[in-house]
Amino acid sequence: MSAISARRRHPVAAVVVLLLTLIVIGSAYAAFAPESSAEARSATSTQVEEGRKLFAIGCATCHGLSGEGQVRDDGTVLGPSLIGVGAAAVDFQVGTGRMPMAAPGAQAPTKEVAYTDEQIEQLAAFVASLAPGPEIPDIDALDISAGDVARGGELFRTNCSSCHNTTGQGGALTWGKYAPSLTGVEPKHIYQAMLTGPQSMPVFNDETLEPEEKRDIIAFLQAVEEEPNPGGLGIGRAGPVPEGLWAWLVGIGGLIGAAIWIGTKAS
Amino acid sequence: MSAVVNGAGKVVDFVDQRITASNWLKRNIRKAFPDHWSFLLGEIALFSFIVLLLSGTFLAFWFKPSMTEVMYDGAYTNLRGIHMSEAFSSTLELSFEVRGGLLMRQIHHWAALLFLAAMSVHMLRIFFTGAFRKPRELNWLIGATMLILGVVNGFTGYSLPDDLLSGTGMRIIEGGILAIPFVGPHVSSFLFGGEYPGDDFISRLYIIHVLLVPGLILALVTAHLMILWYQKHTHWAGPGRSERNVVGYPFFPIYVAKSGGFFFIVFAVTTLMSAAVQINPVWLWGPYDPARVSAGTQPDWYVGFLDGALRVMPAWEINIFGQPLSLGVLIPALILPGIILTPLLIYPWLEQWVTGDWREHHVLDRPRNQPVRTGIGVAFITFYLLLWIAGGNDFVATIFDIPINWITWFMRIAVIVLPPIMFFVTKRICLGLQRRDREKVLHGRESGVIMVSPEGEYSELHAPLSHEAAYEVTAHRRQTPVRLDPETDENGIPAPRRRIEKVRARLSSFYFGDVVQKPTVHELEAAHHDGHGDGHGDGHGDGHGPAPAALDRGEPEPPGERSEIGTGPQP
Amino acid sequence: MSTHQSAETPAPGGDVERVEPTGPPVPETIAEPIPDPGFEERTDRLTDIDARAERRAERQVAGMFALAALLVVAFLVAFFVFQIEVDSGVVEAVRNSNLALGLTLGLALLLIGVGAIHWAKKLMTSHEVVHERHELRSTDEVRAAALGDYDLGVEESGFGRRKMIRNSLIGAMALLPLPAVVLLRDLGPLPGDKKAHTLWTADVRVVRDGSFEPLRPADLEIGSLVNAMPETFEELPESGPARINERAKSPVILVRMEPDEINAAEGRENWHVDGILAYSKICTHVGCPINLYEHNTHHMLCPCHQSTFDLADNGHVVFGPAPRSLPQLPLAVDDDGYLVAQSDFTESVGPSYWGRRR
Repeated sequence: MSAISARRRHPVAAVVVLLLTLIVIGSAYAAFAPESSAEARSATSTQVEEGRKLFAIGCATCHGLSGEGQVRDDGTVLGPSLIGVGAAAVDFQVGTGRMPMAAPGAQAPTKEVAYTDEQIEQLAAFVASLAPGPEIPDIDALDISAGDVARGGELFRTNCSSCHNTTGQGGALTWGKYAPSLTGVEPKHIYQAMLTGPQSMPVFNDETLEPEEKRDIIAFLQAVEEEPNPGGLGIGRAGPVPEGLWAWLVGIGGLIGAAIWIGTKAS
Repeated sequence: MSAVVNGAGKVVDFVDQRITASNWLKRNIRKAFPDHWSFLLGEIALFSFIVLLLSGTFLAFWFKPSMTEVMYDGAYTNLRGIHMSEAFSSTLELSFEVRGGLLMRQIHHWAALLFLAAMSVHMLRIFFTGAFRKPRELNWLIGATMLILGVVNGFTGYSLPDDLLSGTGMRIIEGGILAIPFVGPHVSSFLFGGEYPGDDFISRLYIIHVLLVPGLILALVTAHLMILWYQKHTHWAGPGRSERNVVGYPFFPIYVAKSGGFFFIVFAVTTLMSAAVQINPVWLWGPYDPARVSAGTQPDWYVGFLDGALRVMPAWEINIFGQPLSLGVLIPALILPGIILTPLLIYPWLEQWVTGDWREHHVLDRPRNQPVRTGIGVAFITFYLLLWIAGGNDFVATIFDIPINWITWFMRIAVIVLPPIMFFVTKRICLGLQRRDREKVLHGRESGVIMVSPEGEYSELHAPLSHEAAYEVTAHRRQTPVRLDPETDENGIPAPRRRIEKVRARLSSFYFGDVVQKPTVHELEAAHHDGHGDGHGDGHGDGHGPAPAALDRGEPEPPGERSEIGTGPQP
Repeated sequence: MSTHQSAETPAPGGDVERVEPTGPPVPETIAEPIPDPGFEERTDRLTDIDARAERRAERQVAGMFALAALLVVAFLVAFFVFQIEVDSGVVEAVRNSNLALGLTLGLALLLIGVGAIHWAKKLMTSHEVVHERHELRSTDEVRAAALGDYDLGVEESGFGRRKMIRNSLIGAMALLPLPAVVLLRDLGPLPGDKKAHTLWTADVRVVRDGSFEPLRPADLEIGSLVNAMPETFEELPESGPARINERAKSPVILVRMEPDEINAAEGRENWHVDGILAYSKICTHVGCPINLYEHNTHHMLCPCHQSTFDLADNGHVVFGPAPRSLPQLPLAVDDDGYLVAQSDFTESVGPSYWGRRR
C-alpha cells in the first residue's frame, strides 16, 4: 500500500492508470458490476464521462468545469480546486451530503445525500481522472473488529481529541467553523476524512498514520459509541458544562422547590 | 410515648448530674426558627457537606493518591494495556470493580457541585436581605471564607483522579503560577516538587483535599452555627415581628423534623442524580498526558468564571527589568479574584461606614428597599454570569452556531458595559416597586372596579390595604444620607477628616439620595381625607394636607433620633 | 393575643417566651405610619379540626417510613443481585448496579425526608412561638469587671513591667515560624534553567508520537499534521517523572504547506524543509498542548482559551490571550533522509515566566 502511495506522484503514474483502465475495459465487461473488490473500483471511461456530466451540472458552478476551482473578484474562494484531491475526497464530501453545498458558508454541513451511490462513483471517477489523488480505501479489508481499542484511544487523544473532543462529540473551531461530531459516522467516511483532510481538517495520510492505526481509531470510536453510560444519562459526555447546568437547574432548582414546600404552612 | 420520655429522662438525668445539661436544654430546646424557604439555602450547603464527608471517606478506602506509573489491567477493557498513574487506575477500580463505588464517586462529585452552588445562593440571599448587617458581620466573614475554601477543595478534588481533563486544568494553574513576577518559577517548582508535572502533586493535593481544607471548613461550620444559634435567626417584617423578638417554630420538635427531613432530601436528591445522571466519566477522558488535550476542556462550574476571564482577557505582556510580566494571565488569574473577594469580604463594614448605620438589625430588608445594594448585587451577578458563559464559549459557539471569536469579542465589551447597565435598571425597578408600595399604603390597591362620577370622569376604585399588609410594607426604617457637618464649627475650627467625610457623604447620598420613602403619618391622614384614587403617586408628595413640609416630603429625621424599632407586640 | 401560649396551657419549657422586653432601648420619636397590629394567631389546619384528615396524614407518614424500610431492604438485595464482576459487558453491569443501588437508596432517603417533614407540617404543633431577643452587648458593669480582671492578670504576671522577659519572649516567638517555613524548603528544587531547555538538540530525529518512528519529508503531504516527539525521549528512564516532564515540554507538531505560502521571518528562512514546519505544541498562554490545526488557513487554535496562531507566519498570535508566538523548531534532514532538529528551541517553550529564555 505504502509503496503504491509513494510512487503515485511519479510522472508515469497517470499513464499507468490510463493503461490499466484500458486493459480493464478491453478484457472484461464486468466493469459495471457493483463494487466488491479493489479492481472493480478502477474507473471506466464511461464512468468518467458520466461523472463529467454530473459534475458540470452539480459542481462546476463553484469548482469550475474541469475542477480547477473558482476565486471571486474579491479574492475569496468560491470553490477550491479539486485537482489531485482524489476519489476518496469525493466519496467523503458527496457521500456524507456535505457536497453539493446548499449555500456558501464557513463550513459545509452534512445533509441528505444528493446522489446515488452509482453517481457518486461516477463523480469520484471524474475527479480522480483530473490528477492522481487518494483512492477510495478498501474499508472491508480492514477488519475493524480486530482493532486495538485501547491503542486507538491513545491515538485519538493524541491526534484527534483536540478538535473532536474525547469521544468524538465535536467542537468549535475559529470563526464559525467546527469539528463535526463523529457519532454515527460510517467507518469508511472517518477513514476518508483522515486520508483527505476535508475542509479545515489536516491530512493524516497512510504514512503519518498507518492504516492499522486508522483502524484502531475507528475501533475506539465504535467501542465508545456502543458503550452504555454506566453512571446513567450521558448528558452529552461533555464534562463540566452540562454537569454544572444539571447541578444548578435540577439539583439546586429541585432543592429550592423542596425548601419552598417546607417553608409553606399546611392548609 | 411515655417510654420515650422515660428513656430521655434517664439520659438527661445522667448528663445533667455531670455537666448541668438541663440548664442549656431549657434555654435552647424551644429555640424559635422562622419559616421561610430562603432560610433553608444554607442548610442545603451544610447537608451537602455532610454527604461529602460520608462519601469521601468511602472513596478514600480505595483511592491511591500516587503518580507511580502502572499498566492498567482492570475491568474496563477499553483502557487495558495503557500506562497511567495509580491515582487514575484506582479511580477506574472504584468505578468498575467496587459495587457502589461509581455511585459514591458520583454522589461525591454531585454533592460538591451542590455544596458550592448552595453556598453561593445562600450568600446571595444573605446579601440581598441585608442579613450580614450588625451583629452578623462575623458570620458573613466566616461564610465567605468557607466559600473560598470550598472552591479550593473542589478544585483539588477535581484534580485527584489524574485524568486528561483535570490534568489540563492543573496545567492552566501552573501557567497562572508562572505569571507571578519574580517568584513564579520558584513557587511552581516547590509546588510540583521540581518540573511540571513531576510525580508529587497528586499526593500533595490529596492531603490538602482530605484533611487540611475539610478540617478548616468543619471548624468554621461549627463557629458559623454556634454564632447563628446564639444570635437567633433573622426574620421578615410582619405583624408582631420586630427587631426585639423572633417569631418562629420551636427547634424541637418542628425544626428537628423539618431540618432532619431536609437533610434526607438533600442526600436523596444527590443520590438520585447519581443513580440517573453520569458525572465526570474519567474513563472516557483517559489518563493525563501533558502532550494531549481535548476540545471542550472546562473546569467545574465554580472555577468557570476564572477560566472565562482567562478566555476573554486580551493578550497583554509587558517587560520590566527585561523580564516578561504576563498581565494577560496575571489579571484574570490572580488580580481579578482579589478584586472580587476583597469587597465581598469587607462589604458589611463598607456599607456600615457609608450609611453610618451601626445599629443592630434582626428584621430583613426587602431587596427593593435597598435599591443601591440590590443594584450592586445584580451588577455583580451579571459580571459573574458573563464570565461564566465566557468560560463555556466553545459550547455556546457549537450549540448556538455563533462564531467563537464573536462571543469572545462580545464578552470583552459586555463584562465592562453590562454590569453598570444592570445596576441602573435594577435600581430603577426597585424605586418603582417602592413607589408602588407607597401608593398602595396611601391609596389602597387597585381593585379593577371602574367608577364613573356624575361629571363623567372615570376612576378606578382603590381597595384599602389590610392593616397587616400595610404594616409589612412600612415596617422598614427610613433611610437618609449621612449629613455632612459644617466645614467649621461655631468657633471657626475646621472639622477633622473633612475630605474623607465628604467622600462618605457623597457615597451615602448615592445609596439613599433618591429612595422613595414610606409615607408619614400626616401624608397618610391627608390621603385618607382626600379620598381614594387621586394621589399623584410620585413618591415625593406635593404638599397636600396639613403636614409640616419636612415630614410631608418624606424627609426623615437625622439618624438616631427616629423610631428605630418596631413597637413590638402589644400585650 | 401576642402569643399562642395562653394562661391555661403551660409553656413546655424553652426560652422564656413571654417576658418584659430586654432588647435594646427604643427611642420614641415620631410615630410610624402604620402601627404594628401585633402577633396574629394562625388559623387551624385541616388536620387540627378534622380527625379523618389527621388519621389520613398519620397513615401517609407511617406509609412513607415503611416504604423507606422496604427500599433499604431492596438496596441490600440489589447489592448482591447486580454483580459487576462479569466476564463481558462490565460497563452494562455497572450501569445496572449503579441504577439499582442509587434508586433504592435515593428513594429510601427521600421517603424518610418527606415523611418527617410531612409529619412536622401536618401533625406536630402549628403554633409559632415568640422569643424576645437579648441585647448582645455586655452591660457596662460586666465589661468593666472583665477589663479589671485582665488588668489584674497583666499586673500579676508583670508582663508590662518586666520588659526584659516580655521582649525576649516576643523575640523567641517571632523567630519560631521560621523553622516551619525553612522546613518546607525541600518541597522542590530551585527552578534553575530546566524550563528553558527541552530534549531537542542538533540532529535529534523527529519521531511520530505514538509509534515513535522517524519521519521522512515525503511522508507528509500538503495539509498534513503530525504530532511528534524527539527520538531521545525513548531513552529516558521509565521510572520517575523524567518522561512525563518531557511530555510537558518537548512535544512538537509538524505541518506541511506550500513553501511559497510560508512567510518566514528573517533568519528563519531555512528552518523548514520543503514547506514542513515544526512548532512547539505547548501554548504560550498558560501551557495547554495544542494541535487544533486548520490546514486551509494555517491557523492553530488552542481549545482551552482560543489563542490562535498563524503557522505560515512564524506562529504569530492572530487572536486570543496568548502574548507570544508559538516557538518554532528549526528543521533539517539528516544523511539518512530523516527529519531532524537543527538545534533546541531558540527560546523557552510554554507560558511566560520570570527569567524566561529568549
